Amino acid sequence: MTEQFEPTIIGFTCNWCSYRAADLAGTARMKYAPNVRLIRMMCSGRLDPTFVLRALSGGADGVMITGCHPGECHYIEQNYKALRRFILLRRVLAGLGIEPERVKLVWASAAEGVRFASETTAFVEEIRKLGPLNWGNQGKDERERMKDENSSFIIQPSSFEKEVTL
Amino acid sequence: MKPKFAMYWAASCGGCEIAVLNTHEKILDVDANFEVVFWPVAMDAKYKDVEAMEDGSILLTLFNGGIRNDENEHIARLLRQKSKILVSFGSCACEGCIPGLANLSPVGDIVQTAFNTITTDNPHEIYPQTTYDVPEGELHIPKLFSVLRPLDQVVDVDYYMPGCPPESHQIAAVIDLVIKVVKGEAQLPPKGSTIGAGDSTVCDECPRSRNVKLIKEFKRIQDIAPMDPTLCILEQGIPCNGPATRSGCNARCPQAGTQCIGCYGPAEGVMDYGARLITAFSSVIDATTPEEIEHILDGIPDPTGQVYRFNLAGSLLKASANAFKVKE
Repeated sequence: MTEQFEPTIIGFTCNWCSYRAADLAGTARMKYAPNVRLIRMMCSGRLDPTFVLRALSGGADGVMITGCHPGECHYIEQNYKALRRFILLRRVLAGLGIEPERVKLVWASAAEGVRFASETTAFVEEIRKLGPLNWGNQGKDERERMKDENSSFIIQPSSFEKEVTL
Repeated sequence: MKPKFAMYWAASCGGCEIAVLNTHEKILDVDANFEVVFWPVAMDAKYKDVEAMEDGSILLTLFNGGIRNDENEHIARLLRQKSKILVSFGSCACEGCIPGLANLSPVGDIVQTAFNTITTDNPHEIYPQTTYDVPEGELHIPKLFSVLRPLDQVVDVDYYMPGCPPESHQIAAVIDLVIKVVKGEAQLPPKGSTIGAGDSTVCDECPRSRNVKLIKEFKRIQDIAPMDPTLCILEQGIPCNGPATRSGCNARCPQAGTQCIGCYGPAEGVMDYGARLITAFSSVIDATTPEEIEHILDGIPDPTGQVYRFNLAGSLLKASANAFKVKE
């Protein structure tokens, strides 16, 4: 029996709605997938796409961005900025060969612990289906293979392993 | 004895060399103050001459170009060993530049395009061999790596000098500084600094007027006529990379009436250039529903190329998933 792949998910939550939703899910003892590591920010508008890229390049298999529902942002309209960044970021990721589904945006109010829990579980299952992203280790298998093909015109950089290990 | 100077080109176009020569009479100062020991574009020299030098005997090496093949890597390591100060010179060496966009494709496809396309007739499927026997001995050609890497992903770099190519007045200023350092009149900046550039953004140097930006449609520059010569280019709906790009060029492109394409690389403190640009573009889109946002973003036909035009190889993700996989 092969072991089930457990994805590593980084979740960004906003202080006012979605983190409280996660909190509520916790205090209400709802069960949801334990794969998500939450990072609290003041607002989803604080989400720099750098954070997402850093997570993906550092070993995360998926990133979940959560915020207040549209129109309910504590800072009036910053979650719309998050929405626009999210959409553009997904387009850029697609161009880099990363499935856009690996980044998900969820709106959850402070009262929606159930929604937060179910969305998290659904996302974990989705990523499980996509398989590991394994970005930092890309190319390792190929390098092993290329070792035997010294006459090939194309080789893997000798220091590649060092470069991509974070 | 004069201190020694070297300049090398790896995977680059040669524009950096031209930019150095564009410093005009300043190049005579280089000759007056340095002994040029290795500069394949400008003088005849052999790799074995460099190999025979003592470690650290070259004071200043300007290295331009990314690391695309094993010859590039060999010379990068060799020059690192022989040089006291190794400068990552120009966008290719700093962050991959245009050659770094090849990291979007599997290297097999690149070879295929180069050696067997409609414009390159190759009916017998002849591809380069890494070794070839001739009566005089065995010949070697360099092997391609699967991805292009900036210089600092291969060797330790002392300074970064961005730009495609670096502006000549900036090169002249750096030459002046190094000469002063040699004479003991000035000190070098801390290791790892970016030299010959500003620490702000292109927008900061841009003379165009700026208001609140609300973009309903992204357009390509050829679709706008006439363009307002005094108003911010991004405000007119053209994706301009100025907000994320390091200053130092005096906003040359916007001043000439075209958008900044980002050749000076990430501004100070920016970890990922593309991410910063995603933030900048997203902030100016005037829409709140996903459908409308998607529609506006359709105006940027190649978002990955747009936000990583010069920076892909130096970005956090470095290359596309396809490029990491070697194709048969």
